[in-house]
Amino acid sequence: REMKHITSQLLFITGVLLGFLSLHSLMFSWRNVTDREVNRQVPQHIHTGRVRFLSWIFVAHREAAANLSQSTRILCWILTGPKYLQSRTKHIKETWARRCDKVLYMSSVKTDFPTVGLDVDEGRENLYWKTIRAFQYIHQNHLDEAEWFLKADDDTFVVVENLRHVLSKYDPEKPLYLGRRFRPFVQQGYMSGGAGYVLSKEAVKRFVRGFKSGECTHFSDIEDMALGKCMETMKVDPADSRDLKGRQTFHPFPPDYYVVRQPPRPRPWFLIYEYYTPTEGPECCSDFIVSFHYIYAVQQYTLEYFTYHLRPYGYKYRYNPDSQTKNNAPS
Amino acid sequence: MLAEGSSFMKGMLLGGLFCLVLSLLGSFSPSFESNTTEDHHHHHHVKAASKDELKRLTDTQMDELSQQVRVYCVIMVQPKVLVYWATAKDTWSKHCDQAVFYTSESSKALDAVNLSEKDDWTRLRKALKHAYDNAGELRWFFLARPTTFAIIENLKYLILTKDPSEPFYIGHAMKSGELDYVEYESGIVLSYEALKRLVHVFQDEDKCPERGRALWKLSEEKQLAICLKFTGVFAENGEDSQGKGLFNSKSVESLISDSLSNNPTNVVEGCCSDMAVTFSGMSPNQMQVMMFGVYRLRPYGHDFHDSLIFHPPEGSDND
Repeated sequence: REMKHITSQLLFITGVLLGFLSLHSLMFSWRNVTDREVNRQVPQHIHTGRVRFLSWIFVAHREAAANLSQSTRILCWILTGPKYLQSRTKHIKETWARRCDKVLYMSSVKTDFPTVGLDVDEGRENLYWKTIRAFQYIHQNHLDEAEWFLKADDDTFVVVENLRHVLSKYDPEKPLYLGRRFRPFVQQGYMSGGAGYVLSKEAVKRFVRGFKSGECTHFSDIEDMALGKCMETMKVDPADSRDLKGRQTFHPFPPDYYVVRQPPRPRPWFLIYEYYTPTEGPECCSDFIVSFHYIYAVQQYTLEYFTYHLRPYGYKYRYNPDSQTKNNAPS
Repeated sequence: MLAEGSSFMKGMLLGGLFCLVLSLLGSFSPSFESNTTEDHHHHHHVKAASKDELKRLTDTQMDELSQQVRVYCVIMVQPKVLVYWATAKDTWSKHCDQAVFYTSESSKALDAVNLSEKDDWTRLRKALKHAYDNAGELRWFFLARPTTFAIIENLKYLILTKDPSEPFYIGHAMKSGELDYVEYESGIVLSYEALKRLVHVFQDEDKCPERGRALWKLSEEKQLAICLKFTGVFAENGEDSQGKGLFNSKSVESLISDSLSNNPTNVVEGCCSDMAVTFSGMSPNQMQVMMFGVYRLRPYGHDFHDSLIFHPPEGSDND
């Protein structure tokens, strides 16, 4: 009987330990998953431990309700090089890259950053080689991990949620590509490299197939234009990335180029290539912008602060596209 | 066998409960620490209400507060800062319930209340007196120069639960010797009661002389603090519920740059409050970009259930 008593005591203690550890690890993993969301959705001042613990319940529910994430997975690849990893790419890693479903940093050399080594030389003249190799690498190793594939530079700032929103009305099984559309050189237009562009899964397949078959070649150093030509050859359609009011989402320059009011004037040099008629001043740009370019370290964090942190309390935004907004009315 | 099984189950249950309790208790301690460090500050602090506090208010109380919390903006301009004047007029001042520009001399380009006064302190006195006389129903006053950018909604959030018939003098509180004063460049907030006492003490040439007291001219911000002090009104630092300052005399970029040097692993969190009220030191173009950044740029799908609604101003296209 004593043996039985000791055994049941031991079992009790084991039970306590097991119960404690399993619940602890469960809560730990919940917290990690939802911390990302909580950081986004809970205003700074209520970010205390107690509220964090309770709010995971609400956030988990919200995650289930907004199931956009699963069928609109975005793989982001950043075109960079050893020279810029610390001065530029690092800040992208600390800010917007976290929101991609998958990120790859493409460089000439493999490192612990981590970067993928593309076995291509550095330099402006090799940008298109790097791009070709990057898509081939993605096609070979990561095609099943996403529906959409974004290429960005190491001085591009991207709002991934807004990219998701733009893409939500398109089918990734179709051959499509989106970005800031330029008119010259390619009949159907091509997408600006600096502003970032997105290829559907089908578009990536066709791009890679084009190089295999010889339909696409490295005929030029100018990466965005040359890729645009290949897209046209492979019958990949350029899609419109503008918002419901016809305002641009992808931008090849920083915000001050577009948003500042101007007197009526002929198109400035940086708007010469535009496929769609551009507007200067406040109507240039969507509220839900996808990208800006020529954004360096301090500006990456500044834009992150403006987009995800600083806000006017209680403000009823003017632009409220109807589709899928969870709650526009006051609670 | 069954007895042992039930022992184990009881054990697991107890272990799990113990873990939950510990976790809840554990998360109480961070807020505890921040309370004690505050007591060593020499400034007075005015904090924004927490979300919990606001949730406890009834709808009627909320309605009353939103009526009370309207702001009269006193913007001190001069023709020599015409571009800033025009920018303030076209950007943040549109969100004041009433924005009145007070100028030192008239300008053909823009309209303002012409005080015809070159002396900065005298002019400020005149402007504040005019504002007090023309306040109408408004009970809060925000004093700034057009080189400052203000987010009035966040100012309202800060003063939401404060009673304007109490004296409040809020902003970025600074110390000069024995004097606590609010920095002009990051904006000055006065409740109706504070302004009332101030306008009253303006008549006292001993306590609050019109042409300034010292041999060397004291800055307006310090003169203001001295006069208010005589009426029993003291400078208070405006902060969010985490203790982060809401009034900034630097630009966002400048503060981010500082944060990048000081907290490279946590740049944005270590920089500025989500509910910041003012920034300064930006060019007019940067202020236009700020207008876009504050009132429009945001990620799709992020909704905040704020306790109040502030509507966009009529006839404005950049917010």
